[in-house]
Amino acid sequence: MSAPAGSPHPAASAQIPPKFGGAAASGAAASADPGSAPHQQNGPAQNQMQVPSGYGLHHQNYIAPSGHYSQGPGKMTSLPLDTQCGDYYSALYTVPTQNVVTPSTANQQPGAQQMYSRGPPAPHIVGSTPGSFQGAASSASHLHTSASQPYSSFVNHYNSPAMYSANSSVASQGFPSTCGHYAMSTVSNAVYPSVSYPSLPAGDTYGQMFTSQNAPTVRPVKDNSFSGQNTAISHPSPLPPPPSQQHHQQQSLSGYNTLTWSAPGLPSTQDNLIRNHMGSLAIANNNPTVTGVDSSSTTSSASPMPNSYDALEGGSYPDMLSSSASSPAPDPTHEPDPAPAPAPASAPAPAVPQPSKMAKPFGYGYPALQPGYQNATAPLASVVQPSNPVYSGFQQYPQHYPGVNQLSSSLGGLSLQSSPQPESLRPVNLTQERNVLPMTPVWAPVPNLNADLKKLNCSPDSFRCTLTNIPQTQALLNKAKLPLGLLLHPFRDLTQLPVITSNTIVRCRSCRTYINPFVSFIDQRRWKCNLCYRVNDVPEEFMYNPLTRSYGEPHKRPEVQNSTVEFIASSDYMLRPPQPAVYLFVLDVSHNAVEAGYMTILCQSLLENLDKLPGDSRTRIGFMTFDSTIHFYNLQEGLSQPQMLIVSDIDDVFLPTPDSLLVNLYESKELIKDLLNALPNMFTNTRETHSALGPALQAAFKLMSPTGGRVSVFQTQLPSLGAGLLQSREDPNQRSSTKVVQHLGPATDFYKKLALDCSGQQTAVDLFLLSSQYSDLASLACMSKYSAGCIYYYPSFHSTHNPSQAEKLQKDLKRYLTRKIGFEAVMRIRCTKGLSMHTFHGNFFVRSTDLLSLANINPDAGFAVQLSIEESLTDTSLVCFQTALLYTSSKGERRIRVHTLCLPVVNSLADVYAGVDVQAAICLLANMAVDRSISSSLSDARDALVNAIVDSLSAYGSTVSNLQHSALMAPSSLKLFPLYVLALLKQKAFRTGTSTRLDDRVYAMCQIKSQPLVHLMKMIHPNLYRIDRLTDEGAIHVNDRIVPQPPLQKLSAEKLTREGAFLMDCGSVFYIWVGKGCDNNFIENVLGYPNFASIPQKMTHLPELDTLSSERARSFITWLRDSRPLSPVLHIVKDESPAKAEFFQHLIEDRTEAAFSYYEFLLHVQQQIYTQSGYGFA
Amino acid sequence: MAFTFTAFCYMLALLLTATLIFFAIWHIIAFDELKTDYKNPIDQCNTLNPLVLPEYLIHAFFCVMFLCAAEWLTLGLNMPLLAYHIWRYMSRPVMSGPGLYDPTTIMNADILAYCQKEGWCKLAFYLLAFFYYLYGMIYVLVSS
Repeated sequence: MSAPAGSPHPAASAQIPPKFGGAAASGAAASADPGSAPHQQNGPAQNQMQVPSGYGLHHQNYIAPSGHYSQGPGKMTSLPLDTQCGDYYSALYTVPTQNVVTPSTANQQPGAQQMYSRGPPAPHIVGSTPGSFQGAASSASHLHTSASQPYSSFVNHYNSPAMYSANSSVASQGFPSTCGHYAMSTVSNAVYPSVSYPSLPAGDTYGQMFTSQNAPTVRPVKDNSFSGQNTAISHPSPLPPPPSQQHHQQQSLSGYNTLTWSAPGLPSTQDNLIRNHMGSLAIANNNPTVTGVDSSSTTSSASPMPNSYDALEGGSYPDMLSSSASSPAPDPTHEPDPAPAPAPASAPAPAVPQPSKMAKPFGYGYPALQPGYQNATAPLASVVQPSNPVYSGFQQYPQHYPGVNQLSSSLGGLSLQSSPQPESLRPVNLTQERNVLPMTPVWAPVPNLNADLKKLNCSPDSFRCTLTNIPQTQALLNKAKLPLGLLLHPFRDLTQLPVITSNTIVRCRSCRTYINPFVSFIDQRRWKCNLCYRVNDVPEEFMYNPLTRSYGEPHKRPEVQNSTVEFIASSDYMLRPPQPAVYLFVLDVSHNAVEAGYMTILCQSLLENLDKLPGDSRTRIGFMTFDSTIHFYNLQEGLSQPQMLIVSDIDDVFLPTPDSLLVNLYESKELIKDLLNALPNMFTNTRETHSALGPALQAAFKLMSPTGGRVSVFQTQLPSLGAGLLQSREDPNQRSSTKVVQHLGPATDFYKKLALDCSGQQTAVDLFLLSSQYSDLASLACMSKYSAGCIYYYPSFHSTHNPSQAEKLQKDLKRYLTRKIGFEAVMRIRCTKGLSMHTFHGNFFVRSTDLLSLANINPDAGFAVQLSIEESLTDTSLVCFQTALLYTSSKGERRIRVHTLCLPVVNSLADVYAGVDVQAAICLLANMAVDRSISSSLSDARDALVNAIVDSLSAYGSTVSNLQHSALMAPSSLKLFPLYVLALLKQKAFRTGTSTRLDDRVYAMCQIKSQPLVHLMKMIHPNLYRIDRLTDEGAIHVNDRIVPQPPLQKLSAEKLTREGAFLMDCGSVFYIWVGKGCDNNFIENVLGYPNFASIPQKMTHLPELDTLSSERARSFITWLRDSRPLSPVLHIVKDESPAKAEFFQHLIEDRTEAAFSYYEFLLHVQQQIYTQSGYGFA
Repeated sequence: MAFTFTAFCYMLALLLTATLIFFAIWHIIAFDELKTDYKNPIDQCNTLNPLVLPEYLIHAFFCVMFLCAAEWLTLGLNMPLLAYHIWRYMSRPVMSGPGLYDPTTIMNADILAYCQKEGWCKLAFYLLAFFYYLYGMIYVLVSS
């Protein structure tokens, strides 16, 4: 049943692409099929997605559905592309690289692109058009570069399989390969002529881009593939970058693909197109709310729009982004090609266990095809044959991964099956491998799908599954002993998002699934749902494609081309008219609060961001303060100054003047400003120490219930009066107990009930807890947990005594007040028949088995879902997951954001192991452990975490029979698992034996529940860099800044040297540890002090010094900061200072008094496995 | 043939068990509705929670009756369920009102499955108990 690793059986060896080459290989195989020739356009199409990200405006670059990732996912060693690509290219990458979790599909994209590009060259040569290419290349304009680059990449790719294997083996060992890419580029140049691509200059350019000579590992392929748009982005040249970007962008939607090829030769066409783009763009700008730009002639329309907040909500586009806003433009080249129009039988359905690469006759009809395919097809068809020999070269390729059941058949002729086992299955002896942690961030593995589906698949930033190969049965899942679940970040800030306005939103009639790229079209009029397999009719309206203005091509609609789309919903999706944005601030003004001084910061932030609060002209705002009484503020327009109304009856709270407490932001702006200016000083002399939070919340609920909206509660102490009062439950002596940690659950259900009431009235409660003593966060947090709010905790907050917290509050508030928000939202998660939702994690109320009720949704909220397999999935080779988030935007529009993820089903245990996404798994486990510690006990949760490794590793050990039983073996895909679990055990939430305040612990648990994966991973396993010797080696370029990329260090004191300075990135906080013997140059040039002794104990900023090393350090830190929504605080920690304990507690690989070191932990796990298997074998 | 206290106990238990059977059926239906999305968990918990204590009290009541009637075998058969009820109520989530079910956790698949299973088991138990009491009542009536 379980194929031993290395089995020649195709299914067994079908794996996640361990490296780039793997992807390329499968891609190559794909394009070897004549039917897939049209895919050649894919490359550019993917690139398109990335273009917007290059703008760098948003840290959360949206990588369009098709994914395109700059990094090789499977490979933990994947090195920033920057190492190979020079100034041009790096900018593009910057964004993806910033996200720790990168999109994994990248792999295959480049691969795909390259091999696809292979096709076109041939015709050019054959057709003796090289002249045009020459011209293009020599003119070297950016446009041309974009076009010609693929050639060079192709060359690299195909001619140097050997090189790849060399690289990959090196890479997999985690050793730096110093010469790999050099060889590559040489080869490419050398080979160029022989392949007779005239675009040599591109290759040269490429060669010159290298900024670093000794990149630790090599990822030769990807840079190439992205080069096209890279140029456009970061190059300072005024020449139209937009065209090329736009061009790329357009492709998936409007069929421009062929332009990539024709552009160089036909500059005039290109210009033409650019104009078109620009033209339509202007419309988009003028009329942002009408998303379908050319809606005049259509009933439905769609256009991809950049999802900057403004753009989405109807504001104007930032200039920079404008070029990425593409809109439907008439495609001159498109008209002629319907010739190869869709053959009637065009069902390469995901559900059909048939290779998705179609035989030629069907190829056109494949729903997933990019619109532009047809353009390319005709010329290409002839090329396909010649290209076959080239592909055969890939046999030598060490990794390739034929699709589960699908690819293998089609690859049969290419004799790819007999490959060695994939990288992700390579057994790793954990006790002997000293450097499990790769030097570069770990990327998400790419699901093992065929190239078309991969390209269309949802970005792993939004949607990840712990197992990228779904086991066929629950029994197989149980055997693997791995958690199965989804990690979601549904409302992420996206830079580009297709927004679709349509009268009818096409959905499955029985399961209500939204139409998505993974459905199959049985014929032009019918489509088969990929979740329930029902056959549905295609509505008349859907037959018309507003992007291409063509009729009868339902599979080219944007809904079917993008796995992340947003629909503008009709009134069918409303229970009531869309609500306005309503914000209520409930502020603690007791003595404690005044003392802490948060009011000044809050009011200041509000004043600054009042105009930036998301909303339309109906936006309403209100304020309440409370101590032992509740104070309302009448801000009705027309009053000369704000009126304060005091309600002292806290047992039966009523609203004094219900109509004038929540007022229109614009009509009463002056009054609001007056109030905000006055508030900080209004209570300075208060003697009131009590806090009647409960009654204040009840009043807030009454105030909000007619509309719904957001309540922001600022609390600084234990509520001590009225309903919901709490007692201190923490025993400080128990803080470092190793046994029982009590009171992790709420003390009362008052806050939970209130939250449920609020949730029912579409009101979310966000809690800011700024307290110096115990405030029973475990109880208070319930108000946000169940109303889909968010929780911020600032321990020992004081505006003057603790400036770093004050600064953090200020920055967090800025983000909090200005970030996008969705109101009265619900999120439904659907999955293929046979799978079912088991448990949800996050802040929400579960209204039914698959429906989450979210009073508010914010872009920083993450969710996790545990899945179970109810029925065997034997009759399908693919499963899909779809989340649909229905919300009211702050502009009062009802919108639905839909993400669809598609994953293969496997039936062997080895495949399941090969597809593990260890980061997703660890995040899901962390969520489960939080539940366990609240429902059962902390020690139970800790045991469960350890058992998770013990079980999965021993299950793995028993499947792989040829391993020495004495060693602790893990598949390469799981090699970080024990490390991460150890990190979790030492995390504030789960640690024992180290003094941890109860509120800190509970807050850590709340964060685990509500953070998206990217941020959670940093919290669990911080990144450590050495920063006293930053060099430009491998640096990347972001917004004209050079950002050094120091390698990751493992979290162990052995890596710290007294001579160095180290930066630790823990997600919400940065530490810079300065060793005693640190080079004075560094201290002087970066920290701005003459020597170690003169560095102050509390230092939270790096001075802006005009030195190279200072600039590097600052640009690196800024770059890290930009990648997350909440700006982290920087602490500079001297060796010997008392604060260093804070830093050292994060060195999780080291032994502490109460916890194992990493090595001891491995031995412990091994011991446990041994004991377990002892029973098994005896 | 005399109408003894024991016989009265059995008759009462018979009637009350019939009520409990209705409770159990109601419980099963309610959770089935939850599972199939027909009901909002908040509403469902609001309707179910008030029924929990009455059910437990009814059961405890005729346990006490059997104790008074010195029906040791019958009492012994009911003890496990009584103990289970006490344990179940002791380990209920933090809530201010009476009842067992928390709308925020009830949709968790494990808890939902547990509650459904609990419903079926109780139904089976009450049905068997019903016939046992019927038998017991007739036996007591006939033998005395």
